[in-house]
Amino acid sequence: MSWAFLRDLLSGVNKYSTGIGRIWVAVVFMFRLLVYVAAAENIWKREHDEFECNIKQPGCKNVCFDHFFPVSHIRLWALQLIMVSTPSLLVVFHVAYRENREKQHNQKLYRNPGKIDGGLLYTYLISLILKTGLEIVFLVLFYKLYNGFKIPHLVKCDIKPCPNTVDCYISKPTEKMIFLYFLVATSCLCIVLNLSELSYLIFKYSIKCYLKRHMKKQQ
Amino acid sequence: MDWGALHTILGGVNKHSTSIGKIWLTVLFIFRIMILVVAAERVWGDEQDDFVCNTLQPGCRNVCYDHFFPISHIRLWALQLIFVSTPALLVAMHVAYRRHEKKRQFRKGDQKCEYKDIEEIRKQRFRIEGSLWWTYTGSIFFRLIFEAVFMYAFYFMYDGFRMPRLMKCNAWPCPNTVDCFVSRPTEKTVFTIFMIAVSSICILLNVAELCYLLTKFFLRRSKKAGNSKQQSNHENKEETKQNEMNELISDSCQNTVIGFSS
Repeated sequence: MSWAFLRDLLSGVNKYSTGIGRIWVAVVFMFRLLVYVAAAENIWKREHDEFECNIKQPGCKNVCFDHFFPVSHIRLWALQLIMVSTPSLLVVFHVAYRENREKQHNQKLYRNPGKIDGGLLYTYLISLILKTGLEIVFLVLFYKLYNGFKIPHLVKCDIKPCPNTVDCYISKPTEKMIFLYFLVATSCLCIVLNLSELSYLIFKYSIKCYLKRHMKKQQ
Repeated sequence: MDWGALHTILGGVNKHSTSIGKIWLTVLFIFRIMILVVAAERVWGDEQDDFVCNTLQPGCRNVCYDHFFPISHIRLWALQLIFVSTPALLVAMHVAYRRHEKKRQFRKGDQKCEYKDIEEIRKQRFRIEGSLWWTYTGSIFFRLIFEAVFMYAFYFMYDGFRMPRLMKCNAWPCPNTVDCFVSRPTEKTVFTIFMIAVSSICILLNVAELCYLLTKFFLRRSKKAGNSKQQSNHENKEETKQNEMNELISDSCQNTVIGFSS
């Protein structure tokens, strides 16, 4: 079980997406998943070992690290990637349900089970709203937990058993900050893509509805 | 999810590339991605552990390392490779879109569609012309820009491509100017120069491919213009012949009329 599983999952979603949805999948693969695995993971790999405090008191380093990093950036990043990819599964499940129904009744109930219309449209819209919501939630979480997207190179810690206020030094703060900004930028890009896909679908189907009604009235 | 997945994605693009594009992809995978994963990552693996400063002051090493290496070489290369591979996705998406359109035509039973079955559409190789030409050329152009930007960023951040053995650091909390020693500087310099050289080769290949595509485009245009000129010349000749014949006919008619009247 690894990121390859998520990759295969998203490839399945790609089939039932609109054009903008496919661009979203490509952005998630290339700029978020690949960057995470190929670059970001290694930066945070030894963050605890390389976290150094200016004191010999045993336990002080552990306590200070735990205080300043309740959940590591890299774990939040991984959680965000997983949570944001999951709503797309709703669409896959709905299509599978449609195909199952067709098999059970042994007749063609839908013109094309994978086409985004009727109930599947609502599922798709809900998945888009959930994706956008989760992205925003994680960005806010990042901001609140770490007081913005900055990583200081020095933090002052005075929790027991540290005898007094102690200087603790974080490793590679600049590199971590660069990748954090990269994460925020790609998140924002994904939010913009989701919102444009949402407006595109709503616009397209309201025009369709309006035209249908207009034709009915004329008849 | 790793570089292997990128290989699968870009492998699909390979079919629709020019020969120079195929060479570029090979160079990218063998001399850049593979070298990065198999060799370079090991060289830079212990970079912070073995970065040693001549002081016992806690925190000095962390701060000095962060000052001299705002972003590690290895991460910069990984980002460069990801950004440089992304434009090829544009081509892959365009090809997928065209295939989708052809499949739709085939399903509708369009008589214009010349394929016998869906498998043929899936396996077909599209020629680089029309809108695909613009997408392909645009992707090469973006590739060039990304390569150039990253090479400049490297040069700018590390004052050249050499890795010094010793760096003098006096950032707080180091008590005074402290000597800090980089681990494996020669090996790192060798790999940096290697990666820069391969980047330059890739830039040259991209420029050559761009020139080749532009030349082909202009040749095709001049051929079309030549063909249409030939056609219009041919048409002009036919017109003058017809005009002459018409004059002859009208003259002979007049003569007969005159002859008749007189």
